[in-house]
Amino acid sequence: MARQVSRQRKIGMTILAWFVGFLIFFPILWTFLTSFKTELTAISIPPQFLFFDWTTENYVNIQAQANYFHFMMNSIYLALGSTVLGLIFAIPAAWAMAFSPTKRTKDVLLWMLSTKMLPAVGVYIPIYLLFINLGLLDSRLGLIIVLFLINLPIMVWMLYTYFKEIPVDILEAARMDGATLRQEITQILAPMAVPGIASTVLLNVILAWNEAFWTLNLTTSNAAPLTAFIASFSSPQGNFYATLSAASMLAIAPILIVGWFSQKQLVRGLTFGAVK
Amino acid sequence: MGKIQLKSVTKAFGGVKVIPNLDLDIEDGEFVVFVGPSGCGKSTLLRLIAGLEDMTSGTILIDGKDATNLPPAQRRLAMVFQSYALYPHMSVRKNIAFPLMMAKMDKAEMNRRVENAAKILNLADYIDRRPGQLSGGQRQRVAIGRAIVREPAAFLFDEPLSNLDAALRVGMRLEISELHQRLKTTMIYVTHDQVEAMTMADKIVVLRAGNIEQVGSPLELYSRPRNTFVAGFIGSPKMNLMSGAHARQHDAATVGVRPEHMDLSTSDGLWRGEVKVAEHLGSDTFLHVDSKDHEEPLTVRANGEFQVKAGDVVYMTPQADKMHRFDDKGLAIG
Repeated sequence: MARQVSRQRKIGMTILAWFVGFLIFFPILWTFLTSFKTELTAISIPPQFLFFDWTTENYVNIQAQANYFHFMMNSIYLALGSTVLGLIFAIPAAWAMAFSPTKRTKDVLLWMLSTKMLPAVGVYIPIYLLFINLGLLDSRLGLIIVLFLINLPIMVWMLYTYFKEIPVDILEAARMDGATLRQEITQILAPMAVPGIASTVLLNVILAWNEAFWTLNLTTSNAAPLTAFIASFSSPQGNFYATLSAASMLAIAPILIVGWFSQKQLVRGLTFGAVK
Repeated sequence: MGKIQLKSVTKAFGGVKVIPNLDLDIEDGEFVVFVGPSGCGKSTLLRLIAGLEDMTSGTILIDGKDATNLPPAQRRLAMVFQSYALYPHMSVRKNIAFPLMMAKMDKAEMNRRVENAAKILNLADYIDRRPGQLSGGQRQRVAIGRAIVREPAAFLFDEPLSNLDAALRVGMRLEISELHQRLKTTMIYVTHDQVEAMTMADKIVVLRAGNIEQVGSPLELYSRPRNTFVAGFIGSPKMNLMSGAHARQHDAATVGVRPEHMDLSTSDGLWRGEVKVAEHLGSDTFLHVDSKDHEEPLTVRANGEFQVKAGDVVYMTPQADKMHRFDDKGLAIG
């Protein structure tokens, strides 16, 4: 028998869900609204919600002050570069763990994930020194490598859970049919795992786009992405909230749109294998 | 050509010896069936021949050449999997052509072979569909098609029919037998179903715990089982095996009588019993009979017209010349 859920309870839960959703979304909404206010209305008390003089002057000012396009291109380079590099390593790694596991595979997977729990600041000084010695400070290449390394464990994990769902028979059939290891991965495994690879790519792009610690600390201008763009508007003369909000909106807009259109795949990607 | 020889083959997974030591010759063009209960090592043996597993020790020769260390693709063997193992993102045509594409075959020849395979297997109407749009039987035919285009030295079948429903299974069984007659290529077929083994094989290899119990033609195995295991495994319903006083009368530790080798009567006979269950198949009726003379219920085959129901009393007399005798090690006597 299906569990009876009373009408009241249903309505109550719906309201609660919307409330929690609104709570999570509110900061973005507030940033959006503030970005269209004057600096004065932005800090007015009581705060003004919808009924104020909407203005786009903050956006105009930002364009005049900083080269948004330069930062955005850097963000795109970093997100895509680290993701492509990640795939090149994560696909073979996940293949090995899913289809040719050893006694230690589970331990290796856990160990890899544990590196994600290490506070980034703990390795900041060694990495900074390394970057100085290698001449990688404020270079896109350096940041791509760092972002690739910090997200690699998650990519391997996600791909691993996807690959586990693919029957090994099919790969063995390919082996019998004369496929080399590379053909087996590129022509059989990868096409079959397209949904999994897509959501892995998506998540990694978002993580790389939003990453702030390393992108702020290892760049000055040349390789600085949108995170640094936002930070540059938090000025020593005190914060200009309206301008800062406009900068934030410009920085998060691309990834927000991508995330909005791909939320189904993202949710599926994150829970895949866990529920089934 | 497809002569396959296994010499002192062993296989262990971790510390577990799945195949202790095995020798086997498979002649060119033979239809060989590996049969045995689950876990007897028959699939492992097939995978060793295919090259999908490495042997722990031993040698495998294909057409006289050492293939022990050859990768699967270079053994010129084609395999049909239980799960079909089709490539779900490719059309039927591409699935069948895949091994030829891997071999970088010339386009015209490739098309010719794919079309030919599709014709033999009645797949022409589905050739541009994806595997997901096909029924189980059609998928299995695609898997066979993918095997035949390669014109391999031998076909390996790993329980290819066990995912099909009963009616389809009988049909596909026939198709595979016909295919063998047409191609005359060596086929090695793994199954746990002794009916498949009996109906398809030129030569049956009965396996238990990684050891070969007996090798022979279906009728040899049926009429001259080498031991009690083969006697009990081959034939359906199973042979009645009796020990104790009945066996001693015939100077044996165990005697066996097949259900079809017992004379049945409602008035007199050697053993009296009461029918527990009567299974009417139409042409035959199988009786499961409780008898005071025996510890285990006996199975008897009766003519389909033999009128009998549960609770009836019947008399059974084994046909003396069809009786099988085994010694105390379970080996056949005489």
